[in-house]
Amino acid sequence: MKRSEKMFWKGFRDPILAKRIIEKIHEITPKNEIIKICHICGTHEWTISHYGIRSLLPGNVDVIAGPGCPVCIVPASEVDEAIKIALGGSTLLCFGDVARVSGSQLSPIDAKAKGADVRIVYSVMDAVRIAEKEPNKDFVFFAIGFETTAPSTAYEILKKPPENLSFLISHRLIPPAMELMLGIGDLYIDAFIAPGHVSTIIGLEPYEVFPKVYRMPTVVAGFEPIDVLLAICAALKQIKNRTASLVNEYRRAVRWEGNIKAKELMKRAFKIVSGNWRGLGRIPGSTFALREEYLKYDAHERYSIRVEGGRDIPPGCQCHLVIIGKIKPIECSLFMKTCTPQRPIGSCMVGIEGTCRIWALTMQKTVPRLI
Amino acid sequence: MCLAVPARIIEVNGDLAKVDFGGVIREANVSLVDAKVGDYVLVHAGYAIQVLDKEEAEETLRLWREILEVEEEREDVLEGL
Repeated sequence: MKRSEKMFWKGFRDPILAKRIIEKIHEITPKNEIIKICHICGTHEWTISHYGIRSLLPGNVDVIAGPGCPVCIVPASEVDEAIKIALGGSTLLCFGDVARVSGSQLSPIDAKAKGADVRIVYSVMDAVRIAEKEPNKDFVFFAIGFETTAPSTAYEILKKPPENLSFLISHRLIPPAMELMLGIGDLYIDAFIAPGHVSTIIGLEPYEVFPKVYRMPTVVAGFEPIDVLLAICAALKQIKNRTASLVNEYRRAVRWEGNIKAKELMKRAFKIVSGNWRGLGRIPGSTFALREEYLKYDAHERYSIRVEGGRDIPPGCQCHLVIIGKIKPIECSLFMKTCTPQRPIGSCMVGIEGTCRIWALTMQKTVPRLI
Repeated sequence: MCLAVPARIIEVNGDLAKVDFGGVIREANVSLVDAKVGDYVLVHAGYAIQVLDKEEAEETLRLWREILEVEEEREDVLEGL
C-alpha cells in the first residue's frame, strides 16, 4: 500500500477512520449532561463547519467557538487609527480581510473609496518590498494576528526595515483569552481545543495552567478533520474519566518547546502589555507592543493618531456574544438578513476566521441541532 | 490567522525558499525554521513557521488505527480528497 509522497497528511482525511472515531465518541460521551468543548481558532471553526462535524456528534456535546479570529477582535479604535493614517496621505498596507473591517465609522476599504492609498498585502514581507520600491512614499503596515503571525513582523522589524515603513502593532496572545473564557460566568466550559498553529510557535507550556490550575482538559489539535475528531474524542475521554491533562494531538507540527527561533524574535522585538479586544474589553497581558529600542518603527511615534475608545459593536450586532460562544451566529437576528458576507455589519462576518462568516459560507453543513 | 498550509521545500536561497504546495510553487521565507530541501513546512502569510514531522504524522495515524481497530488507509479511499 503506497502512500502519496506529496501529501502524507491525507490520512488525516480518511473517512473510514473518521467513522470509527465518531463511533468511539458516541460510545464514551457521558449521557446525562450538556458538554461544552471550546476551541479558540477560526481555522478550527472552518474545519468543524466545512466537514459538518457538529452534526456527527452526540446531541449533548456543544462545540463552541471562542475569540480565535484576530481580525474580529481588533478594537474599532485601532482601525480608526489606521484610517487616520490612510486619510492623512500615507499608504496603509494590510491583509485582505483587515481592509474590510469597520472602525467606528469606516473600514480601510471605505477610506480607499474616499481616495486614500490602501493596499492589500499577503505578507509583511510584501510590505517591506513595497516600501523599498517606493522610497518617496510613507507606508504603514497594520500588523494583525496572533502568535502565528507576530514572529514574521518581529523578524522584519529586527532586520531594520526601510525608513519609510512603520508599523501599527496589533498582535495579540491566545492563552490570556482562554483564561478570560474561563472567567465568564455562565459559559461552563468543560474542555479546550487549543489552536494548532499558534501552538507550533508557543509550544505546549503556556497551556499547562489549564489542566493544572483550572482542571480543564486541553487538547492541542491540527486542522484536518481527523485532527479535530481525535481532539474531541480525547477531550471527551478526559471529561468522562474526570481527569484533566494537556494532550498534543498535533504532534507532527507542535513540539513542547514550540519554535524557539520565532519565540526569541518576538521576545526581542516586543513586550507584552494589557490591551483591548473588540467585544471583550481589556485583557491583561494579552497584547504585543514594540520595545523601547524599536519604537522608531511604531506608527504612533511618527503620526499623532492615538484614538481612545471607538464603536466596537454596531447597533443590533451581537459579535461580542458570538466571539465567546454564548450564541451561535444563527441566533443573531442580523445574521444572513442584514449582515451577510457581501454586506457585513459586525467584524465576525468580515474576518476570514470569523465565526459568522464561516457559518455563512458553509450554511448547509453547519446548522446544528440546537440544545 | 491560524491559516497555515503545508508545502515541500524544493530550493533554498538564504532566507527565501521555493516551496511546492502540491503543484503550485511559491516563495516563502524560511528564517524562522531550520529546514532543508525535501522537508515539509507549514507556511503562514509567506513564512515557514514549523517543519512537519512525517514520522510523527504516520505514528499518530498508526496508533489511532490500532486503538480503534481500523485497517490501514486505502489509497483508493483517499484518492481525490
